[in-house]
Amino acid sequence: MADSAVHDIPSVYEPSLFGTYSKKIGMWLFLLSDSLTFGALLYAYSYGRISTAGWPTPFHSESIINATIMTAFLLTSSLTMVLAVRASVHGDASGQRLWLLATMLCGTGFIVLHGREWSNLIAEGLTLPMFPKVPGHEAAIEFSNVSKLVPQFGATFFTLTGMHMLHVTLGVIYLGVVALRKKFIPILLVLWLVAWLGTPVYSPFHYGAHVLLIAAIVCTVILWLKPKVYDSSDVEVAGLYWHFVDLVWMFIFPLVYLMSAKIL
Amino acid sequence: MDTIQVALAERAAEEQRHHGKALFFYVWGALLLMTAIEVYLTYQNMQPAKMLTILMGLSLIKAALIIGYFMHLKYEVSRMKWLTMCSVVACLILMTIFFFPDAFRILYLGVK
Repeated sequence: MADSAVHDIPSVYEPSLFGTYSKKIGMWLFLLSDSLTFGALLYAYSYGRISTAGWPTPFHSESIINATIMTAFLLTSSLTMVLAVRASVHGDASGQRLWLLATMLCGTGFIVLHGREWSNLIAEGLTLPMFPKVPGHEAAIEFSNVSKLVPQFGATFFTLTGMHMLHVTLGVIYLGVVALRKKFIPILLVLWLVAWLGTPVYSPFHYGAHVLLIAAIVCTVILWLKPKVYDSSDVEVAGLYWHFVDLVWMFIFPLVYLMSAKIL
Repeated sequence: MDTIQVALAERAAEEQRHHGKALFFYVWGALLLMTAIEVYLTYQNMQPAKMLTILMGLSLIKAALIIGYFMHLKYEVSRMKWLTMCSVVACLILMTIFFFPDAFRILYLGVK
């Protein structure tokens, strides 16, 4: 009687319907919604390409090489991320931190290369009306024609790649918080100052750098409200986000760059 | 299945997910190789439709490798796999059905 009474009591924590912990399910649901955001942007780009006669192919071999190196950075960062998750599962704290920092380094390399490419394109005339003109730099006719005749190209290109760059930036910050916790906040503030003061006022990155300041404030509030040591589940969830960013680029790279490569 | 069995199954799945490092290096190598093939194909002067088909095919394989191995979905329970993949694929199919016929229609109507 006593045994049956004990067995009839439901346990406090019911087993997960999806065989895993809630944080991971939450991240997967977020990534599903985010995949629709990127899906919509990729479809908008493709729609524009199909429905516009004379779609430009402005990417010279330098741009393609640059984008290929960026892809290699992201793929390598996914490898280091998965090694960070593995180290965290095995309780290797120093290995976990090391691999997370390596992932952040690769992500930062991607952002720097992408920022350089954006700056070059804008300087050469492939720009948006909202971006200030670059003083003392003659726009190439080829690129300024693209901006005038097919404005959809610049609009979809900068929106899509800008959205992805923002995701990569936030991913690096996320990993920085998981790896270094409070110690990362002053580093983030230094990066903000370097990005803000180190870019000319006509660059979109001069104002875009304030994303780092906003992120530093948000991270400070989060770490102040809920200080904790991040365990292997947190590292795995952060990894899911990072791999998703990599995954999205696997579609942007061929659709936007390779399909618009200038073949001489 | 009671709670203990579920916990044991989850533990076994967790251990399976983090086996050797070698598998991750193979996946990484395969991803880099496919990227190199994509770049090579770009300069082969193919018809855009054919090139797009090949590039998207390779991208889907790369996406499957990332989701399956790096994001560990391969080792999740079936319900998790079906929930995530079916929902996103259904939404993307709906977008394709609604967007693309219209884009082609504009082109054929000759809107410049």
